[in-house]
Amino acid sequence: MHRFANPARFLRLAAAIQPWTAGATLILLGLGLYFGLVDSPADYQQGESVRIMYVHVPSAWLAMAAYSTMAAASGVGIIWKHPLADLVAKAASPVGAAFTFVCLVTGSLWGKPMWGTWWAWDARLTSMLILFFLYLGHMALLNAFDDPTRGAKAAGILALAGFVNIPIIKFSVDWWNTLHQPASVSRVGMPAIDPAMLLPLMLMGLAFTTFFVTILLMRVRSEILAVKVRAIRLTQIHSVPGSATGELVGESLR
Amino acid sequence: MSRLAEIVRRDLRLALRQGSDSVMVVTFFVLTVVLFPFGLGPEANLLERTSAGVLWVTALLASMLSLDRLFLADYEDGSLELLALTPTALELLVIGKVAAHWLTTGLPLIVAAPVLAVLLHMNADGFGTLLFTMLLGTPTLSLVGAMGAALVLGARRGGVLLSLLVLPLYIPVLIFGVGAIDAAVQGLPARGLLLLLGGMLMAALPLAPWAAAAALRQALE
Repeated sequence: MHRFANPARFLRLAAAIQPWTAGATLILLGLGLYFGLVDSPADYQQGESVRIMYVHVPSAWLAMAAYSTMAAASGVGIIWKHPLADLVAKAASPVGAAFTFVCLVTGSLWGKPMWGTWWAWDARLTSMLILFFLYLGHMALLNAFDDPTRGAKAAGILALAGFVNIPIIKFSVDWWNTLHQPASVSRVGMPAIDPAMLLPLMLMGLAFTTFFVTILLMRVRSEILAVKVRAIRLTQIHSVPGSATGELVGESLR
Repeated sequence: MSRLAEIVRRDLRLALRQGSDSVMVVTFFVLTVVLFPFGLGPEANLLERTSAGVLWVTALLASMLSLDRLFLADYEDGSLELLALTPTALELLVIGKVAAHWLTTGLPLIVAAPVLAVLLHMNADGFGTLLFTMLLGTPTLSLVGAMGAALVLGARRGGVLLSLLVLPLYIPVLIFGVGAIDAAVQGLPARGLLLLLGGMLMAALPLAPWAAAAALRQALE
């Protein structure tokens, strides 16, 4: 793992991977949208609005996956003081917050015709809303300190503490018998969903995942560059004009 | 154990001598609850139905009110660094401080709650459960809040930030606390909900001081 702690090596690797994940996102998203919007049956109960599911469910998955990524990266950052892990956590939280927001909005749009209400204080919905607030708190804490490393450490502890919410979201539909329908894909044995609907759902899920990876790589790369810029600025401020700033920059980046 | 008692005694003595956080917290609690009959109207049925929620939400806000002082005063005058240098584990220090915080804010809230419940026309069947949920819930609030208070040490706008960090984590306590009271008022068994509240306390008791100590350590670096 520490092999990738070197920012230069990570930058090279990320630059090599990113076109592939970006291309995969485009292809999968195109296929998923085609199968989801055109070549899949309408539900016998929900009608055409079942198609909202192809955006809603993947964004819910990714909202939780992004939080797990963030918590895992924070854990790595705290335990091994891995320099890139903090940047990964920082890069993941706005993306996860966006996925959570999309999930809440699409769920609300679907809920109005189906449940007859935009919002219900159901266990799954409430725990998802808490997840959104946790993301907001994480972002706020990251930027609350003058010293960015201090913010990263504090936010890391918060990310780990907030992780208790993830299993609650996952199992909320099993523990509380409320409005939101229980899991239909990740069931033991056969998924309780028609294969014609499962195909676009899976394609969209994969597309969202590759999209997340692409955005995450982009954001981590720009974070590394931002750290570099900051270090250069600092050395420029502290150094006498004309001294060898280049060496100092290299030193501060290790 | 004697060290833990020493920390609790120190914080209690400070709280008693430096003026009364507890009085302020209870006053806030009473005043905010009294606002509700004015806001909702004095209709007894409505107040009775909302009483559990109103009491719990205001108690939660009141206990959050004094949280930012939990470590801040010691952090600013440097005594937190001295405390961290003593052989006492930082986790133990956190537990001691949380215990003192609960004794000065949580306990007065519990004492004030039944009086306010009478003012809100709460059904008498709910009184026992109200006390019991508060007794199980407020220590959890103090424990989780201590983690938030430790995280925002030295941050800009620490007080507002603290509420953003801590309130989402308070929601489960609120849900089960109010749920248990409502169940008791309606004559349903509240045991399961009370057990969940107890379980949350048991989970927060080891985990929150651990996280708070980690946050304090990086604040003192």
